[in-house]
Amino acid sequence: MRRYVLTRVGYSIVSLLLLSLTVFAVVRATGDPAVLLVGPGASKDDLANARTLWGLDAPYPQQYVTFVSNAIRGDLGTSFQYRVPVRDLYFERLPNSLLLAMVALVISLVLGIPLGIVSAVKSGSRWDSVAKVVGMFGLSVPNFFIGLVMINIFAVWLRWLPAAGIGTWQHLVMPAIALGWYFVASMLRLTRSSMLEVLDSEYIKLARLKGLPERVVIVKHAFKNALIPVLTLAGINLVIMVNVAVIIETIFAWPGIGRLLYEGISFRDFPVVQGLVILAGAMIVGVNLLLDLVYAWIDPRIRYA
Amino acid sequence: MRAPGRARKLLKDVPILPGVILLALILTAIFADVIAPYDPTVPVAGAKVFQPPFWMNGGSLIAPFGTDFQGRDVLSRLIYGARVSLLVGITGTLVAGGIGLTLGILAGYLGGWVDHAVMRLTDAWLALPFLMFAIFLAALLGAGVSNIIIVFGLVYWTRYARVIRGEVLTLREREFVRLAQVAGVSTPKIVMRHIVPNVMNTWMVLASLTVGVVIVTEASLSFLGVGVPPPTPAWGSMLADARSTLMVGYWWLTVLPGLCISAVVLAANLFGDWLRVRLDPQRRDL
Repeated sequence: MRRYVLTRVGYSIVSLLLLSLTVFAVVRATGDPAVLLVGPGASKDDLANARTLWGLDAPYPQQYVTFVSNAIRGDLGTSFQYRVPVRDLYFERLPNSLLLAMVALVISLVLGIPLGIVSAVKSGSRWDSVAKVVGMFGLSVPNFFIGLVMINIFAVWLRWLPAAGIGTWQHLVMPAIALGWYFVASMLRLTRSSMLEVLDSEYIKLARLKGLPERVVIVKHAFKNALIPVLTLAGINLVIMVNVAVIIETIFAWPGIGRLLYEGISFRDFPVVQGLVILAGAMIVGVNLLLDLVYAWIDPRIRYA
Repeated sequence: MRAPGRARKLLKDVPILPGVILLALILTAIFADVIAPYDPTVPVAGAKVFQPPFWMNGGSLIAPFGTDFQGRDVLSRLIYGARVSLLVGITGTLVAGGIGLTLGILAGYLGGWVDHAVMRLTDAWLALPFLMFAIFLAALLGAGVSNIIIVFGLVYWTRYARVIRGEVLTLREREFVRLAQVAGVSTPKIVMRHIVPNVMNTWMVLASLTVGVVIVTEASLSFLGVGVPPPTPAWGSMLADARSTLMVGYWWLTVLPGLCISAVVLAANLFGDWLRVRLDPQRRDL
């Protein structure tokens, strides 16, 4: 087990390094970082000063080392617009994004899993068709379109819900649905295929041969085993939702990290944009590592793969 | 020489509706200049700004789907927007597919440290959520169609690389490859003649599924202002322009482009699903 943990953590560190290297390389390859770091409206002297200050006249490997060591210590730069460290901004807004993502995740689980199960168990029936349609639409209709349409119907026309902002549960409803929409479809499809696969397996056939009532077969045996990949996906989806809610948060003026990214882009606040991308990547690498370790702990077969 | 029954079998079950939608998209994009009633970047003479569609009060058939905040014809903009979506969708997918195919084959066939290197790179790349990475790249590269295509190529190649590598690993062990190796055929020749044709099925399925994703991402990027720059009409930027008018009730500026995006992506996804089941019934879970 220890060997697995060490290797796995090693891989994660390599991934993080590659990630930071990618960000580092991309920024330098697409232009002069000094221009980006100094912000709009700078003079030539400002640029030269910035270069010395930020060590941009140093050779690339040295720059990279500084970059990484700063990042490890938590220094990801300072926002132009807000004049506070990026890290502070990030952690201030993160809880909002987490809240939104968690509600969206719950929606996706509550709607997606049952539909997926029904679709698999009653394969070929009307319910299956409904589920397939929901799945298709969820994957195809862009979430920000759903968001805009919902605002149009529920905020402008019916005036039931507020169009933007944060504060009460009414503010949460539309953004969470818009965000979770895609993931309902994703959960549904995975539950369905996982369930179908499990229902086809040997021990299910044995349970049926033994004469167990169908309901018991499904709930007690099939369902639990089919859930394993679904829960993994749920964990990954949560992290993804936190990070891709950019447009939803922008439309609904939800003060999360997605909106922070949008502000960063609009105001050319480069440290914010770069910091967010790195933190997003770090979060995903971290969560993947955690999930893998938990799985290795639960299922010994994985450790020896 | 294929038996004549094979063509008929191949065309069985072709999803008609998605096919029709996609065909309509392609034709609209190609013949936009001929189909569109007006120049999409110029206000329509004889119509007001924010004119509603013709079936509503105040609308007229001069601009059947109404006009936007500059008085430009919505229908024409939708038609020309199809061109952008198609162009970006297809080329973006091809670029991403090309990179992914190359790296996947290299990793799968050569193995060893090449495999390790590519896999670690893929893992690292996959750690970045697509949308965020696309936004990041687009913000750095600046707006513009060719930049967007580069962005998509760089963001979406990982999916291809992973899956194709897996396929190549299996293919590598097959008899005909082994035979070619023993016979002394050079590696590039083996790859071109034996490996590539056999991964093409998977590649095509992945491509068809990626097109939808790319189109939505392009719409998202344009919506955020880092995609196709104005005044080129793009469905995403039409949605962005329409955002401020939503509260005032000019729904057609939002709903129509959104419906176009949804319809095209839906068609692409359905088509991709059909292709996947058709080409290789074993792999239903790509």
